[in-house]
Amino acid sequence: MGFEKFGRKSYTAQTKVAEFVDRLAQGEICATRCRSCGRIYFPPRADCSFCLGDAMEWVKIPETGKLASFTRVYYAPAGFEADVPYTLALVNFGDVKVFGRLSSAVEESTIKIGMDLKPIVLEMPDGQITYEFIPVEECGR
Amino acid sequence: MPKDVAIIGVGQSAFSRKYSGSVREMVFEAFAEAVRDAGITPKDIDASLVCSAPEYDKQRSPAGLIAEYLGLNPQPTFVLENICASGTSGVRVAYSLIKAGLHDIVAVIGFQKMSEISSAESQERMGRGADIMWEAPFGTMMPAYYAMHAQVHFARYNTTEEDLALIRVKASKYGAINDRAVFRKELTVEQCLSAGVVSSPLKVYDCCANADGASCLILANAARAKEASSQPVWILGLGAASATMNLTGRQFLDGLQVTRLAARQAYRMAGLSPRDVDVAEVHDCFTIAELMAYEDLGFAEPGRGKELIREGQTYIGGKIPVNVDGGLLSKGHPIGATGGSQVRTIVLQLRGEAGPMQVPGAEVGLVQNIGGVGIYSNVIILGR
Repeated sequence: MGFEKFGRKSYTAQTKVAEFVDRLAQGEICATRCRSCGRIYFPPRADCSFCLGDAMEWVKIPETGKLASFTRVYYAPAGFEADVPYTLALVNFGDVKVFGRLSSAVEESTIKIGMDLKPIVLEMPDGQITYEFIPVEECGR
Repeated sequence: MPKDVAIIGVGQSAFSRKYSGSVREMVFEAFAEAVRDAGITPKDIDASLVCSAPEYDKQRSPAGLIAEYLGLNPQPTFVLENICASGTSGVRVAYSLIKAGLHDIVAVIGFQKMSEISSAESQERMGRGADIMWEAPFGTMMPAYYAMHAQVHFARYNTTEEDLALIRVKASKYGAINDRAVFRKELTVEQCLSAGVVSSPLKVYDCCANADGASCLILANAARAKEASSQPVWILGLGAASATMNLTGRQFLDGLQVTRLAARQAYRMAGLSPRDVDVAEVHDCFTIAELMAYEDLGFAEPGRGKELIREGQTYIGGKIPVNVDGGLLSKGHPIGATGGSQVRTIVLQLRGEAGPMQVPGAEVGLVQNIGGVGIYSNVIILGR
């Protein structure tokens, strides 16, 4: 599967880390870890800028993280109009931070910086695949 | 305090929603004004830097075309791009070309004709001024990223939507008296607070207006500056920094690390401190960006920028007047032209030629220009 499947609209088809999308389809959200120096990267990278190594392994990101910031978007850039309003979020998982969307089902008034969130995989009707964050309390599935 | 490179001429087209001519003609307006202001002719210019964000341009490689239209062949020319910080990156490169002795006089030309594409297209292109693999697929755009900074600032420091509205009210007051500004209406706090939400908590008037426009600066070495100009404005300090494009790599979101680093370099080079600055132009693409700039530039302690605007200290007559030409918010933000326009404002201030926007007795001015969401920052300190 190519990287063009990632997100509502991908701008990149070819990348050495396209396996991220295959793993997403398996229900895993992964970072990469440098086999030489042990640094963990999200977004996943094929190359380590610290030790210049290019031997990476996939590691699952932690189950839960804390909301670092968010915004509810009411005016979309071209190509995203059908999704508004949607909530963008940055979530801190300790070793890594992950940028994405918070489930639109979460009311803006209930969103608090620092709240516990869990990432889930989301397959869209058009075949695109992504992840989004949901509050930990709602993780019944 | 170095006095090796000066700005001897400044020019700017009126910023407008839709310029009724071509890019080359718009650039010519700013260029002709700057060359006349410098008291030189185009053949005195040894090189030109053309600053523009190419995703908005239909013309490929605009430096060639601009140099031709401005009569700057066969001198060297090239395009320089740092998104919204392109113009001040042009100043940095021109400074180094002159200091290196390669050229005596260099023109820094900036432009953008934003009206050639729709607002949604423009937001999509700006969104691609962030990480296209890992951020843009979620539907990102500039207001959203700055909104995420505002959320953190609000949560950590109890900054409010009213504080941001006060910043826009100030911008609108000065935009109304700047005949080169695109937005000439005065706004009230109530109007700002009742406007539609773009990306929470930022509302319509928290966002700068896209505009068409051009700017031009003429830089010269000390000998040529003293010969050509009775009032050269000297570049006393320069600072520049970069940060990760993807927000996941940022250490904090309640300020911009790039500005803190660039400001430290510029103050050190100039041998000056924040309290020496008499007038500043900061990159207020969004109201929260101006508030963070107060703190990142050292005009206020972290978290206390709101007190400056609540007390009116960033108006003319206050402790540190900021963006008294209307800023990007009201003057408008034609990407490649913005940095040059900010520098022009400070040059006019230091020459005592800012008209109704004049800060009395201004001797030291500062420009802060950001590219993308805190990806690039340039800080320039200017003096008489």
